Amino acid sequence: MLEVKNLFCERDERVLFGGLGFTVNRGEVLQIEGQNGSGKTTLLRILCGLTEAYEGDIFWQGRPIDEVREAFFHALLYVGHLAGVKAAMTAEENLAWMMRLDPMLNKYSIAEALDKVGLYGYEDVPCYALSAGQQRRVGLARLYLSTAPIWILDEPFTALDKKGVAEKEALIAEHVNSGGVVILTTHHNLQIPGKSIRYMNLDQQASAQ
Amino acid sequence: MSFLVAAIRRDLLLAFRRRNDIVNPLAFFLMVGVMFPLGVSPEASVLSALAPGVIWVAALLACLLSVDGIFRTDFDDGSLEQMLVSPQSLHQLVMAKVICHWLISGFCLAMISPLLAMMLFLPGEGVMPLVLSLLLGTPALSMFGAIGAALTVGLRKGGVLIALLVLPLYIPVLIFGSGTVQAGAMGLPIAGYLALLGAILVFSTLLSPFAIVAALKISVRS
Amino acid sequence: MKIKMPRWFYQLASPRWFYDITSMLLPWFSMIALILMITGAVWGLVFAPEDYQQGNSYRIIYIHVPTAILAQSCYMLMAVAGGIGLVWKMKMAHVVAKACAPIGASMAVLALATGAIWGKPTWGAWWVWDARLTSMLVLLFLYIGVIALTSAFEHVASGDKAAAVLALVGVVNIPIIKYSVEWWNTLHQGATFTLTEKPAMPPEMWMPLLIMVIGFYCFFGAILMSRARTEVLQRESRADWVKSLVEQS
Repeated sequence: MLEVKNLFCERDERVLFGGLGFTVNRGEVLQIEGQNGSGKTTLLRILCGLTEAYEGDIFWQGRPIDEVREAFFHALLYVGHLAGVKAAMTAEENLAWMMRLDPMLNKYSIAEALDKVGLYGYEDVPCYALSAGQQRRVGLARLYLSTAPIWILDEPFTALDKKGVAEKEALIAEHVNSGGVVILTTHHNLQIPGKSIRYMNLDQQASAQ
Repeated sequence: MSFLVAAIRRDLLLAFRRRNDIVNPLAFFLMVGVMFPLGVSPEASVLSALAPGVIWVAALLACLLSVDGIFRTDFDDGSLEQMLVSPQSLHQLVMAKVICHWLISGFCLAMISPLLAMMLFLPGEGVMPLVLSLLLGTPALSMFGAIGAALTVGLRKGGVLIALLVLPLYIPVLIFGSGTVQAGAMGLPIAGYLALLGAILVFSTLLSPFAIVAALKISVRS
Repeated sequence: MKIKMPRWFYQLASPRWFYDITSMLLPWFSMIALILMITGAVWGLVFAPEDYQQGNSYRIIYIHVPTAILAQSCYMLMAVAGGIGLVWKMKMAHVVAKACAPIGASMAVLALATGAIWGKPTWGAWWVWDARLTSMLVLLFLYIGVIALTSAFEHVASGDKAAAVLALVGVVNIPIIKYSVEWWNTLHQGATFTLTEKPAMPPEMWMPLLIMVIGFYCFFGAILMSRARTEVLQRESRADWVKSLVEQS
């Protein structure tokens, strides 16, 4: 579904990676590894079209990504470091806006989604009054709601308790088992029953240069 | 409900949750106005001659003061990223933000401007032209301001820079805006002035969203 | 947006090609500029007749007019180059745009300074809110904005693009600003004596002026090239051709 060819990126006069190429097909998980500052987030942002400072080609379903941006954004779920949750709005208002912004967040209704992320009863509380973990869960409610085929997740397990991590892992497993694609970075040892996870290490990429 | 309306509702909701964003520019507007009698003279004849320009400059600065916030919080908490990767029209989103900014700044300023007009002894005939010129002129200020805000949202030190970028663009609005009030205060017809302000408004509405969208992409992708 | 352009257009995009071609052009431009400017200056300052109204003080137009014209065309060039850089993602165009900004700003400062010096004997004041001078001042502000924005970005490519957007916004607004300032000026001052609008200058007066204008354009071209060359070397400092260039010297 997503094909990357000969990707080169440098930041502040330092080559992050070069000659990078990979293909991700339906039902696959690709985990990007590397030390801090190795360019994991930059790579994910390049794939999402949030960074233009790269050379190389990216293809989405066989076509150059710049030509099919609109369709790609339709098919994309991106969860970055920042949750995109407004502190001044309640969980319910936040979810309503997310679903408005991204039509593929349509698996459940708002009330069901609140229930899924364990915030039932908190729908009227502004997010600044929630704990860090609860706020994170508002942002990650996207994983429950999304029917988009390609998920790009940047450190999705931070600020989550054990139970939360297990739930998100189950969501990722469900997504790939139904033919979706997940590209993610995490320091967590991800386990998906019945699936082998592909790894790509950016440290080796940089040292190969 | 169209996406534009939904986006305006969201931004208005956020503005009402943080009421300072609405009140601060208004208070600033009044305070700048008050500095002039203190700095120049409380003489009615002097002040009434200065009033059109003073009120317009104060309104312009109040708009400029609040414009930095248009994209700032959305940039800081990651909402802007989500908007950029969403399939929704960025053009509409940007328009919604500008309209919302105008509602909480320019529109409110126009509504309280008669108060400042009275304190600065603007002749009674000038009050209606003042309100009308502010209503027609300030949306363009929000448009131009949003270009500056979008260009600087990724920078840590945005504040003064925005003023440098945006103030030259404000000049035509200021000239025609205060011109309207001066003509009105002297009992001259103001339709021509309002037409010029309207033309600037149409022009900026047509073109500036493209600049704002381009600038936002540059800022987020940097 | 993809528009097919002739081959030389894409060649321009190559920093190396730019560097080589400007090595050839730069001495020519500098020489012609020097000759024209000396000819124009001597002719204008020494041989051109005195003005019957202003006496000798009018002779400052031989500096004032060329700098004012250049300040404006330089902004145009900056915006066009920035636009090309944005549409065709051409790095060289951004280099040219970046090199333009300080030159244009200095020209605007010179135009304002010579205007003020001229204003003293003509109007009896250093500064008068004349429409042309005011427009020039606003143009200087626009330049300052572009320069400040470019340097505010840590990431060079982003700074280039942001400055290009601002320059384009500015170029679209300049006619409106000019019109509004002229309108404001006539409203508040009535028709007064303006500096540069002279009824039919005799050829002995405008010929040296024309030579000066062309000379200034060549001078601008030379400065622009040398600034752009320095910038190219800086940006391409890790490219092989720059390294071998350094080794040669």
